[in-house]
This record gives sequence, C-alpha cells and structure tokens, in this order.
Amino acid sequence: MRRNPWLGIVAGLGAVTLTLAGCGSSDGSTDDGGAGGNGGLSTLKLWYHGAGNDAERTVVEQQIADFNASQEDYEVVLESFPQASYNDSVVAAAVAGDLPCLLDMDGPIVPNWAWGGYVQPIEVDQAILDTWLPSAMGYYQDDLYAIGYWDAAIGMYARQSVLDTYDIRIPTSDDPWSGEEFEAILQTITEGGEFDYALDLGVNDVSEWYPYAFSPQLQSFGGDLIDRDTYLTAKGALNGPEALEWGNWWQGLFEKGYASTTEQDGNPEFLEGRVALQLNGNWGGVQALEEFGDDMLFLPMPDFGEGPVIGGQSWMFGISATCEHPEGANAYINFSLKDEYVADFTTALGLIPTTEAAAAMTEYYQPGGALEPFKEYSERFALIRPPTPAYSVISSVFTKAAEDIKNGADVKATLDQAVAEIDADIAANDGYGN
Amino acid sequence: MTTSPTSRQISDPTHRPSRRSRVWPRYIPLVGVAIVFIFPLLFMFMSSLKPDAQILADVRSFRAFLPVGELSTDNYSAVFDRVPAWRFMANTIFVVAMVVGFGLIVNSMAGFALSRLQWRGRGIALSIILATLIVPFETIAVPMVWWVAKLPWIEFQDFIPTLTTGWLNTYRVQIIPFIANAFSIFLFAQYFKSIPKELDEAARVDGASWFTIYRKIIVPLSGPAFATVAILTFLPVWNSFLWPIMVVQQEALRPVQVGVQYFFQLETAWGEVMAYTSFITIPVLLFFLVFQRAFVSSIASAGVKG
Repeated sequence: MRRNPWLGIVAGLGAVTLTLAGCGSSDGSTDDGGAGGNGGLSTLKLWYHGAGNDAERTVVEQQIADFNASQEDYEVVLESFPQASYNDSVVAAAVAGDLPCLLDMDGPIVPNWAWGGYVQPIEVDQAILDTWLPSAMGYYQDDLYAIGYWDAAIGMYARQSVLDTYDIRIPTSDDPWSGEEFEAILQTITEGGEFDYALDLGVNDVSEWYPYAFSPQLQSFGGDLIDRDTYLTAKGALNGPEALEWGNWWQGLFEKGYASTTEQDGNPEFLEGRVALQLNGNWGGVQALEEFGDDMLFLPMPDFGEGPVIGGQSWMFGISATCEHPEGANAYINFSLKDEYVADFTTALGLIPTTEAAAAMTEYYQPGGALEPFKEYSERFALIRPPTPAYSVISSVFTKAAEDIKNGADVKATLDQAVAEIDADIAANDGYGN
Repeated sequence: MTTSPTSRQISDPTHRPSRRSRVWPRYIPLVGVAIVFIFPLLFMFMSSLKPDAQILADVRSFRAFLPVGELSTDNYSAVFDRVPAWRFMANTIFVVAMVVGFGLIVNSMAGFALSRLQWRGRGIALSIILATLIVPFETIAVPMVWWVAKLPWIEFQDFIPTLTTGWLNTYRVQIIPFIANAFSIFLFAQYFKSIPKELDEAARVDGASWFTIYRKIIVPLSGPAFATVAILTFLPVWNSFLWPIMVVQQEALRPVQVGVQYFFQLETAWGEVMAYTSFITIPVLLFFLVFQRAFVSSIASAGVKG
C-alpha cells in the first residue's frame, strides 16, 4: 500500500499543535487581566521586580501568605521579574492590556505611569500615612499612587583614622562640610599620595545612579533638573549660573585627579583602602561596618550653598488602572504596611525603615544604631527626583550630560544641549499635562 | 669546491620550502585570531570557579585566564539556588527545537516554491520577503505584542476544544512568530537553485509530485543548507531576550537569557554570572561543534554561488 506523505506531515503538525495548546499556560490559569476566580476567591496578581533577590522576596512572600490566610475574598499571587528588564515587561503588558492588579515601581517612574494611565490612585488609611516617611510615598498631582516599605539614602563613607591622619573635622547634619571645605579636603588627601584617589563616586554605574546620586549636588549648588514651579522647562534650572557652577565643580573632580573617571565594577576601592572617601548608599553600610568596625563613619553630604541634598524614593507598590478589584488590591496594600514587615525589609536589605516603630525593631536603625545617620539624612535632606512624567527622559539626558562633562566636554554647551533635549521632549508631549 | 646543502637550497631557485615551513606563517595570524575568540570563553569558565573578590583581583592580570587561586563549584551551587536554571534550560530547548524544526520545514518549502516552481508573481513574492529583512525586530516588537495579545487560539479543557484569546504567557508566543524567516527562505532558495533542474524534469516524467521531488530529491541533496539554517535559526532563538521579557510573565515559561538578569542586583555576583553563562553557553558550543562541518561547507558554497 502506498502511504500518502501529506498524512504524516499533517499528523505531525497536529500533534505539535496539540502539544502547544496543552502547554499554552504552565499553570492552566486563564489570563484575565489580573483577577480571576479560584474557589470563590478573586485572584490578584502581584508583579514585583526582585527575582533573584531571595532576601527581599522572602518578605514579600510572607506578606502575601499572611494576607491570603486572613482573606475570604481575595488571593494574591506573586510573579517575580528581574529588575533590569522589569519596566520593559510592565510597559509591554500595558500595551497588551495585560497588567496585573498589583505591581511595584521605582519611585521616579510613578508620575510617568500615572500620566500614561498604567496605574490608579491608591487608598491608604490616613493614620498610616501620618507615620510614614514622606519620601516613600509616590504622589502625582496630589494623588497618592504608590507607597513603599523602605527608602534609600546616600552619605559620605569615611574612616575616622583617615580623617584624623589628615586633621579633617567630622561634619554633622547641623554643621556639614561647606563646598570650599570639601575642596580643600580632597586636595589635602590627594596631595598626601596615600590613596589612588581621594574620592570614589561610582561613576562606572551609568544608570539611574547618576541622577540619583549626582543631581543632589546640582541642587545643593542651587540648580535643578527642571523648573519645579511649572515642570515645563529645564531652562535656567539645568543651565543657569548655579548649574554651570556645579558643572565646573563636577568636571574639576576628575581634572584635578580627586576621583577616577574609570572605576572598578562593584566599587571595592573603599573597602580595600584604595580611596579615602566614598559616595555610597546605605545598602553598603553593613558590609563597611563589617570591614572597618568602629572606624567607619557615615557622614552627611557637603553643603554647596543651598544645604546638603540627597536623593529620595525607592521601590513602591501600587495598583494598575485595569485592576478589576481595586478594593481587594487596596486591602492588600493596607494590610502589608505593618511595622513588622517594614522592619523585616530593613533587616533583609539594610534600607531605611519608613516608620519610627519599625526602626525601633531593627538592629541598625534603632536609636543609636550604626546606620541611624542615614535615616536622619533621609528625613532632613532628601529631595525626590522631579515628580513629572518627563522624568524618564530627564534622567537619561542628565546622565549623558554628566558623563560627557566628566569626560571633558564643554560645560555650558553640554548643559544647554541637555536643556534643549528635555524641553523638546516636554513640548512634544504637550507638557505632559502640566 | 663543495657546496653545503644549506647554501644550495638558498641558491637553488627551483627549491620549494617544506610544507611545514610554508604553513607556519599562515598559522600565526590564525592562532592570534583564535586567541581573541577563545579567551573570553576561557575567562568565563575560569571565573565561574572563583570567588568574586578573586575574579576582580585577577582581572588585571593574565591570572584571569588561568585555573589558579581558590577554585570551587560554589558559584554553580549558588546559581541553582537563585534561578530555576534547569527549568529555563528546558523551556529554551523546547522553544528552540520547535522553531528550528518547524522553521526547516516551512522555510525550505517556501524556498523550494520560490526556486523550483514556475508561478506568476514569484519574483515579487521573493522581493517582498527579502524586503522584510531591513526591518529591525525592535521596531515591530511593540505592535507584535499588541497583536499577539489579541490572537485567538484553541485550548483543550477536559478534552473539549475552547476558543480563547491572547497568546501571552505561553510557549506558542515564543515559537510561532519566529518559524517563518526571510533569510532562511532566501538561503534555501539560493541553494536549491544550484541543484540541476534536470532532476526535477526526470522525476516529473516518472510521475513524481512536486512534494515527492522536494522530499526525495531536493532535501537529500541539501544537507549543508539545512545545517546552516538550523544553526542560523538556533542562535537568535537561543539568545532571545527582548521578546520573552515582553510576552512571558510567568517564571515557569521563561528562557535562559532572561535568567542572566537575576544576578544583577545591587551587588552583582560576578562568579554566579559567569557560572550561569557557562551553563547556558555549553549547549551552543555543542550544537556548533556537531554542525560545524556542514555549516562551513554551506557558507563556503553559498559564497561562491552568490
């Protein structure tokens, strides 16, 4: 009997098609935009950026387990994403209309996603908000869109023994180093020749680190990333006399050999004793304490004229605009804002707790704790990055400008170009609703 | 006067240097090029066995390429604690096998139709297919996400076919859009053109159908083309990153490349990164080693025929 070859192909394709159909969704669940039925419970999907970070994910999983155990109406299901591509995943899901009910987001992106219609305002008990660290709340046009369990802060890492050697006074929040004093300190240490460089800035990390860590000095000089009165232009803020002064100072750090333009990934230079001072966040504090013990100091940032300034806002949780059960999602967020969870995050990550009660539960941020200075810096000096939908463009433009100036570009021309790019983006988006 | 062999060799214009002495000068630059390509892999494998501090210390010297210092498989253990690596590997192997398998069938058939069959509009069809090559995937990725979220599918629930909407979070969304490939079709069409048409005519006289000619004459004579397309299809699908992060949200369905980003936290664990990338590079190397003879042969012949 002659076999028809087409039958074999059709049968093969059919078998694979059935296979694909069968494994269309690994858990067999239907994709319902974030909420679906499960034994009478409405399922609320929660997207979170910490895949691969077991310490952080453990706390999130505990929050979810406790919430689910307390519920008869809703069940939260976690889906973790790697941080570096998290925003791309969220934006793609928004395009496809497939956002989950609950999702976390980095603080500066909140206005953009609120303006873009990705997220909706959340409802948090006022009693909770009254106790919460302001920089851990994500507002856009007076509405609260997200809230976080921690904040981050930067400070100047130093060693008591090094400062003593060079006869450098220890600054305080009330009496920080002035700009001139800081310049003299860097010069003294550089001339001492003991270190490769006086200062480690982490400039190898060309990412959100640039606006987060370096725009506060611009603001301390009196400049800014944008005119915060209108949010319609960067003119004057990013290329005015104060900004030019900042640009010249920033370029001088590298021209004078105070800091390296090429640093090692992971920034081990300070821990290895190859630099005297380091601009770093509180997340590295525990490791520094383990290395240097009582010799370790976490100092406030210098005052360049307008007082010390540091960046504020970290990751926060909110509710998507397409969530079919916002009441359930709000119930989860309110449930998760307990002091013990905040303390657990602090213990896991070393970041700043958002309430006094939670701080008291932690080793490092309780009164007298070794990392308590960061909490004070966050409360006194934190300035959130501009809460405007234009921030994502501002961030990348500022990063490029600061990088170019670091590498020797003309300060005025570079900042003028940055202002032109930011203003063009704002104009192209009709002012982003401002 | 006696003449030493050496001086005779030098003065004799008909003397040819030995094969070894002729080959060595050509090998020197080749060895240099090989080093350029091998050393990154060597660095990756060696670093995967070292603790982070040693990786960063060794990177400034030749020690980075040597199995020296404190060596262990700790990084590999940590990788499997942090990432469901075997699951990601299984997902990728499944997706790659499907795309390559279906791609070879579909694209070779298309190439056969464009190169061996006579039909009106054949040239225009080939031109349109080739024109799609100039469109970068990144420019159509977002519209594609929008489309695949709305495409229908038949799912079997309790053996009952049910019409559903949306391909997100599935294997099929990682497979089906990448089966048809313009470059593969072009490569098959070019290769098939080089096979004498007299074979087709003889087969037709014997009563063979076009499918029989494709299956029993063209396919057996086109091994190098199939191997080349298999490799050229395999690599981009294996390295696929942007598309999966846009269309796959469930961890259980993610491919290996997405797993790389699990290691880039506040403090990057470089030893684990190197261990994971070693883990996902080995199948690629094996695949190439298996097909390299046919691959090189086909690329060389395609180059001659243009």
